[in-house]
Amino acid sequence: MPTALFADIHANRQAFEACLADAARRGAESIVLMGDYVGYGGDPEWVTHKVIALVAAGARAIRGNHDTAVRDATIDLNAQAAAAMHWTRSQLDGASRDFLAALPLTLRSGDILYVHADASQPSVWNYISDAAEAGRSLRGTDAAIVISAHIHRPAVYSVSATGKMTSFRPTTGVPVQLTPGRRWQIVLGAVGQPRDGIAAASYALFDETLRTVEFCRVPYDIDAAAARITENRLPAWLAERLYKGV
Amino acid sequence: MVQTYLEAGQTIAGFHLEARVHKGGMASLWRVTRPGDTAPMLLKAPFIGEGSDPAAIVSFEMEQAILPRLTGPHVPRFFAAGSFDTQPHLVMEEIPGTSLYPRLPDLPLPYEEVARIGHAIALALDDVHRQHVVHHDIKPSNIMFRPTGEAVLLDFGLAFHEQLPDLLQEEFRVPYGTAPYMAPERLNNVRNDPRSDFFSLGVLLYFFATGVRPFGEGERLSSMRQRLWRDPHPPRRLRPDLPPWLQEIILRCLEIDPAWRYGSAALLAFDLAHPAEVKLTARSERLRRDPLSAVIRRRFNPERTTPADAAPVTAQLDSAPLVLVAIDLSGSSPAIDAELQIAARRLMATLPGARLACLSVLKLARIAIDTTLDDEGRNKHVELLARLRHWSAPLASTAGGQISYHVIEAVDPAKAILDFAAANKVAHVLLGARQSSLRKSLLGSVSAEVAAHAGCSVTIVRPRDYGEEK
Repeated sequence: MPTALFADIHANRQAFEACLADAARRGAESIVLMGDYVGYGGDPEWVTHKVIALVAAGARAIRGNHDTAVRDATIDLNAQAAAAMHWTRSQLDGASRDFLAALPLTLRSGDILYVHADASQPSVWNYISDAAEAGRSLRGTDAAIVISAHIHRPAVYSVSATGKMTSFRPTTGVPVQLTPGRRWQIVLGAVGQPRDGIAAASYALFDETLRTVEFCRVPYDIDAAAARITENRLPAWLAERLYKGV
Repeated sequence: MVQTYLEAGQTIAGFHLEARVHKGGMASLWRVTRPGDTAPMLLKAPFIGEGSDPAAIVSFEMEQAILPRLTGPHVPRFFAAGSFDTQPHLVMEEIPGTSLYPRLPDLPLPYEEVARIGHAIALALDDVHRQHVVHHDIKPSNIMFRPTGEAVLLDFGLAFHEQLPDLLQEEFRVPYGTAPYMAPERLNNVRNDPRSDFFSLGVLLYFFATGVRPFGEGERLSSMRQRLWRDPHPPRRLRPDLPPWLQEIILRCLEIDPAWRYGSAALLAFDLAHPAEVKLTARSERLRRDPLSAVIRRRFNPERTTPADAAPVTAQLDSAPLVLVAIDLSGSSPAIDAELQIAARRLMATLPGARLACLSVLKLARIAIDTTLDDEGRNKHVELLARLRHWSAPLASTAGGQISYHVIEAVDPAKAILDFAAANKVAHVLLGARQSSLRKSLLGSVSAEVAAHAGCSVTIVRPRDYGEEK
């Protein structure tokens, strides 16, 4: 019974629709939405309404830094993200803003923790870019498996009983067995703005019972997603980077 | 709760422990049975608990992750695994017979036998590498043979799978493995290079051909590190009658820089199966080690002591394929012969690590007992070989001398080509289409038969002809 994990959708309607269709075709029976539904992309209202509908139908969802920034002006964003956020705020209706602000920062399911950034300080928005940062995240919780996102580059880290870290760049389509006896930090790729050099949208299928995670890539209509960014006069680079996956 | 003590008569996850057959440093092996299952099975249980080696646990985790993903005759079949919350175990096929280890008192072995053993192991490595795995512990006690002759690789506890997290990567400060067989790059913690297995196989071949281990038996890291700059004594120095082709193969496997070893196990297997086709270099005749100046240069070259990134396992293999050109040199279709030569040259130009095997089939009549001499008494086999060499001469420059020639006598040419491709793990077959539709309808098409049944890519070549000229 795999759960589809969607992270960093970033108002990219085309990428999100493609991933939802792919996950449904592959038999996903539940959904966890991992935050950053808005920001960067050209369809924040459509994506937020879709998330609201999915949650109403049983999906679980947590909040990311961009979702927080909709109402909290103290959230630190780079210049282009800030420009996109300024426009995003103007696009979202009150219900959407209330929904995003009310989302939790973490979700716990048995010994599995879902958090957008890192487990040690969920509201500080630390990136996990290497084994040391994965270790920091794992030390911040007693969960055996931490699933997070935020950096838009898929990775799998683990720590053994002796405290040694391993890092791994997952192979698309090859499930990773999250063996007991060690703890795992899973970092998801982005649905709406991949940054690992591959333009296709990234999501994952997680099987809580079998304890496997499989990273998936889905090609989508980048032209349409880029057009929504330029139509709305958002920074041109936000459209260009979608083609490059950077 | 984890059990630490096992005894015969116990049942673990439905498997009945019959008898312990081996007790090693990290695990014990039990012969097991399961109701309704007739296959001979072994259960491996690691030693865990207070004071046990953490390496035993991690290496067991790796084997549990890798073995279920491997298939084929060159690995023990996987049956079941149990996790660490109960008694951890791995149940696999029991291979009958013994490993190569009991052969050690018989060393050195006859050279033909060394090559035959090496060939079987190289074919097994080719299969396992193609399944994304580097074994990392090739040594006599980890190699068995099926009654049908295939080598079986045992113990994937130190193996690397390029599509799975490498749990051994950070676990140990010193490289883990069997010191006398360990490739030099392993000392720099390189885990993802399939050519490390060729080095270990080279150590085994050296040992089996001379009775002497090329790097001794030292287990100390300082003595192991010497192989990063010090080459072994050439085996011909120990055994002057060792054939040059075998020394060429062994020393190529033992090159310090992986880039100088074979590019793929298929090419290594090919050389071991075709001694006459081994391209001999200065290595083959050498009687001394490299001069001290070369050793010192390697010793103080920082590139030698820092790891380099290896290309992914399967990408490496793909860049060093065996390409087969099957050519019908009966003289009936010079246009196809020419076209085939162009196609082969183009393909070889894109694959600098490839090796080209040129094959011609000398067709035998189905009923009559053929003579290999033609009406004028010339030897057809020799003549065909000469024509094959002549045809491929223009390719020599692109193939870097990595060309071999094969004339095979057979009743069924398509079957001969398919058999050669399968036996030598050919990656790509090039052959010409039959031109004359009359002959095709009478004889059946060799190219169609090969294309339909080959286990690899097949390119069928024909000269462009849209009938405008007719």
